Amino acid sequence: MKLIVAIVRPEKLNDVLEALYKEEVRGLTITRARGHGGELESVETYRGTTVKMDLVDKVRLDIGVSEPFIERTVQAIMRSGRTGEVGDGKIFVLPVQKVYRIRTGEEDIEAVTPLA
Amino acid sequence: MQGPPSAPVILGIAAGGGAINGADTAWMLVATGLVLLMTPALAFFYGGLVRSKSVLNTMMMSFASIGAVGIAWAVAGYSLAFAGGNRWIGGGAHVFLNGVGLEPRGSIPHVLFMAYQGTFAIITAALISGAIVERMRFGPYLSFIVLWALVVYAPVAHWVWGGGWLARLGALDFAGGTVVHVNAGVGALVAALLLGPRKDYGRQALLPHSVPFVLLGSSLLWFGWFGFNGGSALGANASAALAFVNTLLAPMSTLVVWMLLDLARAGKATAVGAATGIVVGLVAITPAAGFVSPMSALAMGAIAALPSYYAIQWRSRTRLDDSLDVCAAHGLGGAVGALLTGVFAARAWGGTDGLLSGNPAQLARQAAAVLATAIYSAAGTFVLLKLLGLVAPLRAGRKEEGVGMDVPQHGEEAYTSGEGAILVMPDHAQPKDLRTEGRS
Repeated sequence: MKLIVAIVRPEKLNDVLEALYKEEVRGLTITRARGHGGELESVETYRGTTVKMDLVDKVRLDIGVSEPFIERTVQAIMRSGRTGEVGDGKIFVLPVQKVYRIRTGEEDIEAVTPLA
Repeated sequence: MQGPPSAPVILGIAAGGGAINGADTAWMLVATGLVLLMTPALAFFYGGLVRSKSVLNTMMMSFASIGAVGIAWAVAGYSLAFAGGNRWIGGGAHVFLNGVGLEPRGSIPHVLFMAYQGTFAIITAALISGAIVERMRFGPYLSFIVLWALVVYAPVAHWVWGGGWLARLGALDFAGGTVVHVNAGVGALVAALLLGPRKDYGRQALLPHSVPFVLLGSSLLWFGWFGFNGGSALGANASAALAFVNTLLAPMSTLVVWMLLDLARAGKATAVGAATGIVVGLVAITPAAGFVSPMSALAMGAIAALPSYYAIQWRSRTRLDDSLDVCAAHGLGGAVGALLTGVFAARAWGGTDGLLSGNPAQLARQAAAVLATAIYSAAGTFVLLKLLGLVAPLRAGRKEEGVGMDVPQHGEEAYTSGEGAILVMPDHAQPKDLRTEGRS
């Protein structure tokens, strides 16, 4: 089991979700986030105040997957989240010690397997 | 009936000559302010309907019209609409407000008449923006509405209110069902077709980001519309009172019918639907406001809900991205209102007798006015946008569309938390320290 954490552009979120759906990745959590990955700052002006926006809106996806799903999940996000410009985001694959499904108490593989 | 010198004079509103009347002037001062308020109201109505990443651009499209079209009106638009001329277009006598002074025009000062009409030009041009939101570049948009106000709006206003051919034909348009709403609605349709749909249109759900804004906008529009219709009597008189009351009643029945249609379709009355219904009712009563009985106004409001409601349902299933349904709400609502004016108008209430009073010919005149306005607006809008498209691209790039129009076009965000914003000092004195500080 792995926890896949992906940071993507908000405007690509719909494409990413669509790609994940096609790969039959069902359970996921998203969070609105702000971050910086080396892209050019945009300059904004409010009356006399000029600011460089150093943090850019991003979306973070957290997906717990079993072994056979790791590669297809990563590839789906990589394919669908890419624009080719700096700021497309990152994908982290993290080991997971234990997973429980709260409703049933199922553990590990059963807990990340979607209901039939 | 916005009182051209050569148009039929109704309810004793003397046009040209006469003296300035204090009560009339007082009401028209207020009415001018009310109509001006409709454009910021439209900004909220439209702004609530788009996604949060483009709300500032959408609202600016209305606000900017107050400046850009307002100046164009003072410089040339007013003259092209209201300075004598022939049956097609006004003359140049009032260019740069030449000869527009404190003398009476009707029973109010000429400058006030000019300002009142200017607020109409401003909102009519701004209405079109609803069809091209979230994708049209701001500069070309500004150029477009200025040219549109001069080339399309001013002549049509002249046809109906400046003593042009539709006035001579006897077509009724109390406050702008054809001049404002059919005109803007058809212009919007052509603009949406030429610009093409948003890149995500039909692929993703493009949802309103603030329904409370939509409701706020529709309520301020209604408030301003009392000046729009009530002021079109050009005086504090019985005609103004009738127009005011009809502006109160017609949207009430549109609102109720709209909610019933929502209930019948999906079992739930929606808030966006209620706001839309109010606007459609206001549009529909506009050409008839001072010509029909209050009970006719209720009937007109109810009838007008149906075509616009089903047009919006149908439109959203097509590839036509008239994003905020300007054509369905204003074009169709205005056309239905103008035609129904030919049905319900009554001499007893200040109009020419319509179909129900035994004068079917009036309906034909109304249809001619709708048709002529629609054809001219379509042609004018098409030519203007094609010409502007030769000078500069009309559309923002796909990337800009993706991140939203606000930051690329205006350098601002509507709902910013300020996180990650690094202050840029004017003298760039200590950029290094500043950077570390900003990041902490």
